[in-house]
Amino acid sequence: MMIDLALDMLETVRATLVDVAPIAAVLAGFQVGVLRRAIPNLRRVLVGSAYVVVGLAFFLFGLEHALFPLGDVMAAQLTDPSFTGGGEAVPDWTDYYWTYLFAFAIGFATTIAEPSLMAVALKAREVSGGAVGANGLRIAVALGVAISLAVGTFRIVTGTPLHLYMIVGYVIVVVQTIYAPRMIVPLAYDSGGVTTSTVTVPLVAALGLGLASNVPGRSAVLDGFGLIALASLFPIITVMGYAQISGWLAMRQARADTVTTPSEKGREP
Amino acid sequence: MIVTMRAATGLLVETLRDLAPLLLVIAFFQFAVLRQPLHDLTGIAVGFVFVVLGLSIFMRGLKMALFPLGESLADAFARKGSLFWLLCFSFGLGFGTTVAEPALIAVGNEAAGVMSAAGVIDAGEVSEARYARALRYTVAVSVGVSLVIGVLRILKGWPIQWLIVTGYLLVVALTTIAPQEIIGIAYDSGGVTTSTITVPLVTALGVGLAQAIKGRNPMIDGFGLIAFASLMPIIFVLIFGVVTAA
Repeated sequence: MMIDLALDMLETVRATLVDVAPIAAVLAGFQVGVLRRAIPNLRRVLVGSAYVVVGLAFFLFGLEHALFPLGDVMAAQLTDPSFTGGGEAVPDWTDYYWTYLFAFAIGFATTIAEPSLMAVALKAREVSGGAVGANGLRIAVALGVAISLAVGTFRIVTGTPLHLYMIVGYVIVVVQTIYAPRMIVPLAYDSGGVTTSTVTVPLVAALGLGLASNVPGRSAVLDGFGLIALASLFPIITVMGYAQISGWLAMRQARADTVTTPSEKGREP
Repeated sequence: MIVTMRAATGLLVETLRDLAPLLLVIAFFQFAVLRQPLHDLTGIAVGFVFVVLGLSIFMRGLKMALFPLGESLADAFARKGSLFWLLCFSFGLGFGTTVAEPALIAVGNEAAGVMSAAGVIDAGEVSEARYARALRYTVAVSVGVSLVIGVLRILKGWPIQWLIVTGYLLVVALTTIAPQEIIGIAYDSGGVTTSTITVPLVTALGVGLAQAIKGRNPMIDGFGLIAFASLMPIIFVLIFGVVTAA
């Protein structure tokens, strides 16, 4: 048992190194061949890179041993006909309420645990001088993923075409882009792409495929896709929405302040 | 030593807080909804310890290596002033990080299975493997191209929304002519391209470039590289679907 685990661990470290190799090759190639400039604090960067590889390997190893098997079993149980409605020929979409709730909750929780989102949130806080809070951004993105998975599972159950949801999402994004504060727009667009990596994708794939193969009349290959697509579109909407709501609240607060302070009156044009 | 210990404890506590929602969700559905006991409790506990340790160590490495690396690269390229090499580097980074991505390899194989089942390509291992490889290279090239466009945008200060909206229009237009089987795969391919190591590196690079170039705002011009990297693969895979079906 211990030896098996240790071998598994080594295998995960090896797989992570293989993943990192092309990035390291591109970086080293340009550093040596083109830039020819020493990297500042090279020792620190090398130690940090070792941390990145080891940390990621541990993280993946833990996920594969604890969370993913559990997630697979739970997705299978929640979508099983005996759980959702007792095996009628054509189950109603309302029979799947626990599935939607699970999709929502697991989407939120995995996004909060997503390392690449933490990285972007840290950078956003640093660049905006604290105006974009790291936790606010992460919660907004996590809500976006949660909503998208609930909607996405509903779509699989009802069998409605994916492109309709995507096009409606695009229209909302375009309209929001016109009204949202200009500072948030690029960050919002970025947050669509960062949500779906290490933690979310495997769990979501299990849910989509389990659902598509258990709902009568759905095919795993045609209907099982699309959850990731929605999960990289909806966070754009919620992040811009978050900025719009906080902007609106700040404006209302400012207006209330001017009304209550008489000395400020009359300054407004 | 005490300072390091305290920093390490702080990092662990932060990580535990990040993972708390996930634990709560799993516990609630396991015990309250499904009412199943956990089978391999020790295995799950060991796995969870590794998740916490791994995430804490990764976050430390992120601040020590990935962010400074991205920034120093941006700085070095801005000093060198060679647009050609900067664009080559952007393409190489996008292509190189995507082509070996395990999630993409899995999607490629799945897509080949779907297409041969639908009769779009010949059934059989050889033609399926060829299709999967072609799809994988299509996506990798598209991520390389998207970083080139994204970096050009930072340098020139083009507003991001026009480029993204144009991309959306292309996606919608292509959806109407692409074979139905490829649409789900194409839309999903945008999400699988951005890995945990690429995202911090590319974000630091973009922000670093915007900071190094006069007249660029890091908030408005620095972000957005990831956005292109998740939109462009959709367009390329849809085009790939149209071309291979013709």
